[in-house]
Amino acid sequence: MHILVVGGGMGGTILANNLARRLSGELEQGSSKITMLSASDKHMYQPGLLYVAVGKMSTTELYRDQKSLLEPSIDFHVDPVEKFDLDNNSVTTKSGKKISYDILCIATGSRGNAAGIPGLAEHACQFYTEADALAMYKKLQKFEGGKVVVATGVPHKCPMSPLEITFFLIDYFKKRGIWDKVDLHYTYPIGRVHSLEPVANWAAPEFDKEGVTYETLFNMKEVVPGKVISEEDSSAEFDLLVTVPPHKGQQVIEDNELGAGGFIPTDKKKLNMEGRENVFVLGDTTNLPISKAGSTAHFEAEALGENIAALVQQGEPVREYDGKVFCFIEAGDGKATYAMFDYNNPPNPQAPTSGLHWFKTAYNRMYWASARGII
Amino acid sequence: MSDRILVDAKNTFCPGPLMELISNMKMADVGAELELLSTDEGSAADIPEWVNKVGHEIIESFKEDDVLHIIVKKVK
Repeated sequence: MHILVVGGGMGGTILANNLARRLSGELEQGSSKITMLSASDKHMYQPGLLYVAVGKMSTTELYRDQKSLLEPSIDFHVDPVEKFDLDNNSVTTKSGKKISYDILCIATGSRGNAAGIPGLAEHACQFYTEADALAMYKKLQKFEGGKVVVATGVPHKCPMSPLEITFFLIDYFKKRGIWDKVDLHYTYPIGRVHSLEPVANWAAPEFDKEGVTYETLFNMKEVVPGKVISEEDSSAEFDLLVTVPPHKGQQVIEDNELGAGGFIPTDKKKLNMEGRENVFVLGDTTNLPISKAGSTAHFEAEALGENIAALVQQGEPVREYDGKVFCFIEAGDGKATYAMFDYNNPPNPQAPTSGLHWFKTAYNRMYWASARGII
Repeated sequence: MSDRILVDAKNTFCPGPLMELISNMKMADVGAELELLSTDEGSAADIPEWVNKVGHEIIESFKEDDVLHIIVKKVK
């Protein structure tokens, strides 16, 4: 049985390691094989970019060699897939290799698409690549005061990031002693300041306390020098625009017409691609209406690892993904909280504490053990 | 209508039904109809509020087996 994992991000890595352990006997005997194809020999801890953007983390802390995170039994290649031939159970890679599989797992992730909104890429700071996060930090360092606007596109990766970057900006400007020279204005696409109502109910009074103004039902349509204009015919003037850009799936998913916007139609509990029993999808690559977040990919990978191993060993899956998501929320001022929920249970976040901030800080380093499947 | 785009946001909390609708509206062509399924009681008010504010059109809204169906047409 040949299991092919396409994508070496959080979801693909945790899944491949999970499978390698569950199928160690089959891999040793040679009756099964796990191959991973990735676009890079490096693995990035993407949540770290938020910290890089405000000078709280160095870029060297973001990376590990991908091979060092994988079980030795996984056959890893830096050779991204360019063509999916699902009818014939094969892919073709950038180097021209044709690789057949019995089970395919697609975990190619998502990417910021600031270009989808006219003027956004030219006029806004963002933090979803190393280069963008560094550029944002450099711009912040030169900023001496004025109107700062935070604007969010949809869909976006990490639903907590609009709030977290706002609280981090407050901390940053206070630390530099220029908070009294800053007017910070937060905008958000729906009718409250966060998609999770309990989180919104906590964050809005925090904004009031700090003097942060906010406007909801604000979806960016266009950015011109000094002004962001919304589809709702509103606008906000800025000296510095910080954006959580709209996201789309990877180009290879769009090129192969596997799903609109690069997101693959996926069964919400079985996590198979709709209409394909031997193709599974996880992480940001799915079109599921749940958070595009590392924890989503993590919990999906654990469910899929158990199921695919059961398919190989018993011929039947044994569990369903329950929609579990766990997100830390950095609340600024050295405090944090979290939101945990699934398809049936809404979140009930508690008041932020310094203990949770330090736990999140520790997790930023423990992540590498998590990717290896140790914790 | 068979060519309606189905947006199944039942039993989801984040990003939630309205954000899912906005995402799918952005990808849809002008003239497309989208059917949103939601189990969030708030959708009955916040979906029409956004649709009307932006200038799209609510075609139909009904509840069936505790699921709210809202059919929206992208008009611009």
